[in-house]
Amino acid sequence: MFQSVLFYVFAIVLLGAASGVVFSRNPVHSVMFLVLTFFQSAVLWLMAEAEFLAIVLVLVYVGAVMVLFLFVVMMLEVNIEAAKRGLTRYAPLGIGVALLMVIELVQLIWLRSQGVTGTSGFAATPEGYNNTKALGAVLYTEHVYAFEIAAVILLLAIIAAITLTMRKRPGIKVQDIAAQVAVRAKDRVRIVKMDAEKKQ
Amino acid sequence: MADFVPQFVSNWIDWGLAVFYSLPEWVQYLTVTTWKILFVLIAVILIVAFSTYFERKVIGSMQARVGPNRVGPLGLGQPFADVIKLLIKEVVVPSQSSRFLFVIAPLLSLIPALATWAVIPLNDWYVIADINAGLLYVLALTSVGVYGIILAGWSTNSKYALLGAMRSAAQIVAYEIAMGFALVGVLMASGSLNLGDIVMAQTGGFSQWFLFPLFPLFVVYWISGVAETNRAPFDVAEGESEIVAGFHVEYSGVAFAIFFLAEYANMVLISTLTAIFFLGGWASPFEGLAFLAPLSDIPIIGLLVTGGLHWLFFKMCMFMYTFFWFRATFPRYRYDQIMRLGWKVFIPVTIVWITVEGAMAWFQVGPWSGLGA
Repeated sequence: MFQSVLFYVFAIVLLGAASGVVFSRNPVHSVMFLVLTFFQSAVLWLMAEAEFLAIVLVLVYVGAVMVLFLFVVMMLEVNIEAAKRGLTRYAPLGIGVALLMVIELVQLIWLRSQGVTGTSGFAATPEGYNNTKALGAVLYTEHVYAFEIAAVILLLAIIAAITLTMRKRPGIKVQDIAAQVAVRAKDRVRIVKMDAEKKQ
Repeated sequence: MADFVPQFVSNWIDWGLAVFYSLPEWVQYLTVTTWKILFVLIAVILIVAFSTYFERKVIGSMQARVGPNRVGPLGLGQPFADVIKLLIKEVVVPSQSSRFLFVIAPLLSLIPALATWAVIPLNDWYVIADINAGLLYVLALTSVGVYGIILAGWSTNSKYALLGAMRSAAQIVAYEIAMGFALVGVLMASGSLNLGDIVMAQTGGFSQWFLFPLFPLFVVYWISGVAETNRAPFDVAEGESEIVAGFHVEYSGVAFAIFFLAEYANMVLISTLTAIFFLGGWASPFEGLAFLAPLSDIPIIGLLVTGGLHWLFFKMCMFMYTFFWFRATFPRYRYDQIMRLGWKVFIPVTIVWITVEGAMAWFQVGPWSGLGA
């Protein structure tokens, strides 16, 4: 009872925040609504006893991805008028995707009502069950290849992104830390021996 | 009840306990947890208040000055005078600012700093929430703290504030990675994400501390922690010589006080976390030494041998002192040097040491000697 009340409270905030992402006029507000959305979904996952996934969602999406997002959005001058003109152009595509998702959701709910349960939904876990350990045990044994391939793809993406931004510009001033550290006094200072001046 | 307690007091206590145990279980749980949270919160805020005083005293003595000495005996009333001053000052909200975000930003930086205390074990039984993914929770919440700074910088609608926010965000994101990698080493050594288990893995005297097998990771974690809290020598986010006061340039009164509180709460947090991850948390360094074992029955001296909150507090104070020490001695880093240190020095060091740790675990040396597998 208490749990379902909590669920509905969080779900309502989640939906409110998600619509805030779409409807708010200011892009920075949109990003903040998106952060709230992620947080709420993390809370819902926590309620489903998926604590590892919930915390990783906050860690990765809220802590890293959205910070960079906010970074970019704050730096960009977003032209609201141009975005509005785009709205009518992309509307059919958007409506199509939305319809597809609604159909999928309805199908899922319909299947559930027929008594078909694919996975054990929010099943209570046994005492002493460690979500993180369970996930690790599967990830590094059964799915180790998929895991490693994903890692390699990510590495590839990093290298690709870095190579795209690497361009040699002539006349650029770069600090060579090793050279700076290796400098000794005699490289910079010349001691000149000279006779004392004569008394006038 | 002990003899020196009058009869009617012990009757009251018995009556109170009887009432407490007659309550439903969830009410009992709620009461106990609320008191635990209150105790930790008040303790953290008091530590913050007095660490501002000690910071000024420590830096003062390093610069051959006296430091605050006017309010109360030895100037100990200074933090309260400062707080009262800040509380009665006017909060000015710039007219061109984004008002809601401007007001909420200080809170967003304070709440993660306080909420992280939920998983921190203060001794072998005092922890508000004993969760299995505690270390991840700590990482997640410390990474959320940056929003307060970014939003403060943006909502102020000032170029100085925006620059400060940008610097701070890039810096925190960069050092978080090194911090996370350093913690990977800790969790490899302890075999658990639970902070209580991490401390338990280091009990049995200081030779068991992760400080020694994971020394490079300790250094990386500690310096990254200083960078994460935007403290000197990494305080470019508020570098007053270039961008006035950075992200909190337009904040005054209570709003500024909250930023201040958040910064110091973060310092206390990082100090405590470093103590937990590398210095055995609440465990005593003199445990497990046979010739000291008889001491544990003597009232005060026994505390040296037995672990507890006092050891965590002592270790935390040690790291807080180094925060002040850094501030008094090091010049501020240049921004590109900060980035270089984070990305090109710390991250490779952590990756190399994780590999070394893997080899150590394979050959069963150091903390892995007991694995026996």
